[in-house]
Amino acid sequence: MTAPIRTAPTRAGSRIASLGSYLPRRIVTNEEMCTIIESTDEWIQQRTGIKERRWASDDEQVQFMSVQAAGQALERAGLQAADVDCVIVATVSYMVQTPALAPLVAAELGCVDAAAYDVSAACAGFCYALAQADSLVRTGNATNVLVIGVERLSDITDMDDRGTAFLFADGAGAAVVVPSDTPGIGPVVWGSDGHQGQAIHQTEDFRIASPKGVMPTLAMDGKAVFLWATTFIANAARRVLDRSGITPDELDVFIPHQANNRITDSMLRHLKLPSHVVVARMIQRIGNTSAASVPLAMDDVLASGEATSGQTALIIGFGAGLVYAGQVVTLP
Amino acid sequence: MATTEEIRAELATIVNDVAGVAVEDVQLDKSFTEDLDVDSLSMVEIIYACEDKFGVSIPDEDSKNLRTVGDAVAYIERAQA
Repeated sequence: MTAPIRTAPTRAGSRIASLGSYLPRRIVTNEEMCTIIESTDEWIQQRTGIKERRWASDDEQVQFMSVQAAGQALERAGLQAADVDCVIVATVSYMVQTPALAPLVAAELGCVDAAAYDVSAACAGFCYALAQADSLVRTGNATNVLVIGVERLSDITDMDDRGTAFLFADGAGAAVVVPSDTPGIGPVVWGSDGHQGQAIHQTEDFRIASPKGVMPTLAMDGKAVFLWATTFIANAARRVLDRSGITPDELDVFIPHQANNRITDSMLRHLKLPSHVVVARMIQRIGNTSAASVPLAMDDVLASGEATSGQTALIIGFGAGLVYAGQVVTLP
Repeated sequence: MATTEEIRAELATIVNDVAGVAVEDVQLDKSFTEDLDVDSLSMVEIIYACEDKFGVSIPDEDSKNLRTVGDAVAYIERAQA
């Protein structure tokens, strides 16, 4: 028979309580990069803004990096692992189908019976996962959510590809999302265009690559992605502001996925943000870290003092899928 | 219909906006890459902005043949005709 189902008490909002980061210790400069591929420091900087990037060592696997970043975020939030009831890991470079990375990270951190799952949304992964965390907290389906973006893209980078070898890099960023009386995470603007699925893609199905004894790698149609990012995604960023009821004048910080500094420049031209808006450019020091890029850059602008707690930031991720997601957040 | 000079002037503001090139340098005989130091990423933006501004379509196979400012202006003129 149809029976009334009780729902959990809802909440007015959620907010990012804290952030945490982990960067691999090995720094690869453009100079070293140019001993691997035929290129120049000048060309790489001019095309992307990248001066150096981080490549993870053998003891810095995705689980390790996730636990480091998440542990730091938990400590800064003043929470214990046992307080966390949901762990979401966004990644495309965890090379095992199952178990997912999230339950392993949850266990290692000391979480108890926390919901745990991975999100595969490439460079939009963190923003997708953050939107989910916000929804979970507001519906009462979770209370304290750990959102992690982590990548070891160097494992799937083709070092013979002059167009991408210098681009992809490694790292992890984490956020703790908690209930809030006033919304600290705005409504998400997100979507996809699967017709452009080949714009950024893994070169081969593992079933084909494995018997050959090779790792598939990431291939990218740079120009198609650049065009999409600088037109459609720039527009999406504007829609994020509209949806949150935030005017450009009220915005303090702009944190786009650190794909390419030229994309950031172009987005700024389209968005015509006021000159007071701080713009994240961490890509110069860490390369393109896909799902880790937004949380790392968010933590970075706060750590450097360019941005401060309580300020209003627009974050937006976009990448392979093609998929994108963005929201306005109050910085922790 | 726009004159050659009108198209060149509009294109010059686009190139200036995207790549920071002075508008007076964007003359018909100038090569985008050789003379104006405009790279392929900027060209992607410039082509898109031209399609938007002039209401024309410039498919990939055509855009790669637009080496000089004059090539681009002539293409836009023909497309608008």
